[in-house]
Amino acid sequence: MSDNLDQDQSIFSNAILRWIDDRFPLSSLIREHATDYYASKNFNIWYIFGVLSLVVLVIQLLTGIFLTMSYKPSAKEAFDSVEYIMRSVEWGWLIRYMHSTGSSFFFIVVYLHMFRAMLYGSYKKPRELIWIVGMLIYFCLMAEAFFGYLLPWGNMSYWAAQVIVNLFGAIPYIGETLTEWIRGDYYISDITLNRFFAFHVIVIPLAIIALVFVHILALHHVGSNNPDGIEIKNYKDEQGKPIDGVAFHPYHTSKDLFWITVFLILFFAAVFFAPEMGGYFLEVDNFEPANPLQTPEHIVPAWYLTPYYAILRAIPDKLMGAIALASSVLFFVFLPWLDKCKVKSIRYRGWQYKLALSCFVISFFALGYLGMQPASGIYVALARFFTILYFIFFITMPFYTRIEKTKPVPERVVYKK
Amino acid sequence: MNLFRIITANFLLLVTLSSVSVFAASEVNEGDYFLKANNDVSDIDSLQRGARNFFNYCAGCHSLKFIRYNQIAEDLDLDELELTQNIIFTDAKPEDLVTTNMLSADGSRWFGKTPPDLSLIARSRDTDQVYNFLRTFYTDPNSPTGTDNQALPGTSMPNILWLVQEQLNEKEFDQFTLDIVNFLDYVGEPIQLERKKLGIWVILFLLIFLIFSYALYKDIWKEVH
Repeated sequence: MSDNLDQDQSIFSNAILRWIDDRFPLSSLIREHATDYYASKNFNIWYIFGVLSLVVLVIQLLTGIFLTMSYKPSAKEAFDSVEYIMRSVEWGWLIRYMHSTGSSFFFIVVYLHMFRAMLYGSYKKPRELIWIVGMLIYFCLMAEAFFGYLLPWGNMSYWAAQVIVNLFGAIPYIGETLTEWIRGDYYISDITLNRFFAFHVIVIPLAIIALVFVHILALHHVGSNNPDGIEIKNYKDEQGKPIDGVAFHPYHTSKDLFWITVFLILFFAAVFFAPEMGGYFLEVDNFEPANPLQTPEHIVPAWYLTPYYAILRAIPDKLMGAIALASSVLFFVFLPWLDKCKVKSIRYRGWQYKLALSCFVISFFALGYLGMQPASGIYVALARFFTILYFIFFITMPFYTRIEKTKPVPERVVYKK
Repeated sequence: MNLFRIITANFLLLVTLSSVSVFAASEVNEGDYFLKANNDVSDIDSLQRGARNFFNYCAGCHSLKFIRYNQIAEDLDLDELELTQNIIFTDAKPEDLVTTNMLSADGSRWFGKTPPDLSLIARSRDTDQVYNFLRTFYTDPNSPTGTDNQALPGTSMPNILWLVQEQLNEKEFDQFTLDIVNFLDYVGEPIQLERKKLGIWVILFLLIFLIFSYALYKDIWKEVH
């Protein structure tokens, strides 16, 4: 262990590693981010989704590289090349299913990761910037999913891209020109596919990697939150280590390894036994090539974007709908300032926030479901109701969080062995 | 704990909403003669019969452009003689893709629409739909083909199986069409059988690995109080 070594000392005895250490801060990097990075020992299951997001990111990057080796980004060949990967490329089907299942799992773990932050107030001071960077990653992820969704050039790909790009047409004056600029054509065509490919495999992944780096760096600067929402730095031992913290390595890494294995079991169960997941991970309409003359019966985006799609359709006016859609995701960014409550963790917060968060989660699920249904009759009415509920969570937050009656927060973290 | 109440409430809501949708779906009257396909892709005999039926009755107009003859032979346990005598009726070689000899222009002139490639039909439509489409042709003198279809009204495909339908009893005919559907299901994703077999080994490996990772986790954490 490095506990009794001073900061500049090398942790290695190996000559080559020592040689590197004299020229590169390897030892201090390992200390700072692994062996001497202390995080609370009372992390619960909600605290695994950060590392799982990283696992999925790696899965997506690796499988993505191999997919680009056989995929053809052209309107003539894209659909056939995906089938070629599925049938003729060695292990191509596995790589493709891992990538398509990975995109859904990415959103599952990221949503749970975000929900964890909302449960335990992880976005609050001093972690506002971590939250904002996290939201930027989330926006990039949505863009990545959107660009990637067009690439198989299936009929749902085609029409979903059409619908989303047309949203920009709602912007007054420049809308029409803007959509043409995005597509590079008067309709979704070969040139659109090519530029979406460029964004999907270069621009957005680079941005995501850079932002994830900043996200983790900022986290390690201020330290991780915990289910009690208190700072473990306040109680340190004689060596200056937080008493309630354990080192990231080997403690949290060993715990993470266990949970990563659990995750991989679920992930590969989906990959091998239900890669279509009943049409949620791979849509049936996407097994038909893109056809500009044949609109699918009802166009829906992938399940992870349907809550926002429901909000868009709930509002009768196209421009107002687009504004509601944009603000429904942008509101998240301002959570650190909308939430006026001093107490971080839901364990010690009042009923007001618990009720509001419950309503928010319900409305998110309900909108997600309604976004997959046809926009008619009862579904529209319900979508409107839940859209209002969704926005009430954010808009009234400064009020109900101010009057919240909180419970006393413990000085030390609650840890049951 | 409050958290569990939140989650429970969400699930209850989801269940309610999905039961609403199930109810809405059951309102669409599909008729009593509609059957679930419930086909079994691991049934090699059925796949062989399906291939025979497909190449005798469907392949004249419909291609399977994403699969090769020799792959069908390999996956369906057919030797080269069986393949060339019972499956390949064109001048195609075993390593060729399953294309059709009918010209696309002819197809659209004769039927108003080029008969589609069926490589992915079992994935873009579910097998139930394909099955019921093949089963539910009926005589309609007003239709240009003389027949119409319950599952796909106004279809431009004539009832190509009418002779078979007359020779076989209802049960036999259902089996005949089900074999075709089963074959098309296989063609939609030839790897599916191997995929599931391999998946069991992968999950087994991970389960064993889970024991070790749990032991490691508990061992490292036993000093944490």
